[in-house]
Amino acid sequence: MSSQGAGETAATDFDHAGEEWAANPFPIWERLRQTCPIARSDRYGGVWLPTRHDDIAAIAYDTENFTSRSVLVTEDRPPLEIAPQGIAPPISSDPPFHHGARRVLLPAFSPQAVDRLEPATRAYCEQLVAALADREMVDAAEEYAQHIPVRVIANMLGFPTSDADKFRTFVKHVIEEVALPFEERFERIMHLFEYLEAQVQDHVDRPREDLTTYLLNADVDGQPLEPDHVGSTIALLLLAGIDTTWSAIGASLWHLASHPQDRQRLVAEPDLLPVAIEELLRAYAPVTMARLVKHDVEWRGQHLKGGDWMLLPFPAANRDPAAFDSPDEVIIDREVNRHTAFGLGIHRCAGSHLARMELRVALEVWLNAFPDFELADPLAVHWSGGQVRGPRRLPIRLPARA
Amino acid sequence: MQSAARMKVRIDADRCEGHGRCYVLAPELFEPDEIGNSHERGSGEVEPQCKERAFLAARNCPEHAVIIEEST
Repeated sequence: MSSQGAGETAATDFDHAGEEWAANPFPIWERLRQTCPIARSDRYGGVWLPTRHDDIAAIAYDTENFTSRSVLVTEDRPPLEIAPQGIAPPISSDPPFHHGARRVLLPAFSPQAVDRLEPATRAYCEQLVAALADREMVDAAEEYAQHIPVRVIANMLGFPTSDADKFRTFVKHVIEEVALPFEERFERIMHLFEYLEAQVQDHVDRPREDLTTYLLNADVDGQPLEPDHVGSTIALLLLAGIDTTWSAIGASLWHLASHPQDRQRLVAEPDLLPVAIEELLRAYAPVTMARLVKHDVEWRGQHLKGGDWMLLPFPAANRDPAAFDSPDEVIIDREVNRHTAFGLGIHRCAGSHLARMELRVALEVWLNAFPDFELADPLAVHWSGGQVRGPRRLPIRLPARA
Repeated sequence: MQSAARMKVRIDADRCEGHGRCYVLAPELFEPDEIGNSHERGSGEVEPQCKERAFLAARNCPEHAVIIEEST
């Protein structure tokens, strides 16, 4: 009865930033998909939640009716004047401005560029596991997963790696504390922009071989980027890659810790890892995107109001039985896997090649160091909710080793 | 006979968004450009031993951008 009651509540008044969603969103999505596939809640001044793959894809492709002016659901809406650039270009930009703002970034995140980052990423992961080698109990989220993307992006941007704690605090302020009043959020976010201003100025004074200097010198159609464009793109790069990748690494380790057969198979067949990673990305896709409805519109039978939020739960699309056979089963050698973990359409995650490399290297190094591990206390695992879902506490027991 | 049919692959550039599944799964058929978008290698002709990989690439493209053309 109580689970029924919780489901009914979720169907009419879901809260993507709530505890129920964080702990286990899959039954919420499944129930909605069957009963109310484009659901609406009055929270956040009106927010829609599609749960079918087909609807989510259609919204991702529809830049006529939906704007990316903000992609993070909050009580307040960013003002119209910030379009077409948005808060953090190109993720917050609409066409046609979007194209150039994205094009300028992509070479830094191409497969070829990412290959060059692999040796340093591997060395850092090795260093992290070496520090855990004598321990019986570790927190794989706090002591391993979270450090990897922070280090990688700090090195790419040319920021001090000793500021890692600061970056995690910025992520918390911007992405996790979405329910705080605007004034409080604004004040906290200002700390981020003050920090970035100082870093950017330092790069203006002392140019070097890194992504920050590259952006300061970059141009779109012969025009240098506006200084605030550079700053806000760097904000995006700093924030977007951290808790997303941290979540994907943590969720994968959580799965392997709680599914010994899959773990043993990957230890025995390391060549299977790239295929397994796609399945882990499908099953535990961390990122739910969002759009704003541009104008009042009748969309697939729903009256959407201009200014309503539209969540894009790519993780729910990945669990739709209309798109995937046995969607709730993790099949680590699933060969056909057209998952949407990195989104669809023009806003495909610009860092997807980097994220895949980090995830693969993180798992290779971990499995090589710790072929045998298990959850120390399943009830102590804590998942973040909201638009980026992944384990934030992940106590793991490492059996005694020779 | 399947092996008698000629096969060609190509990337629909309007659909490709650079997910990179095809050039990872079938590197002998596809390659990335400098921004990570894909294009077919050479004429896109698929040797018989690569046909299965061509289908695998097509069935894993999130944007349905891998086009397979068969002719007898």
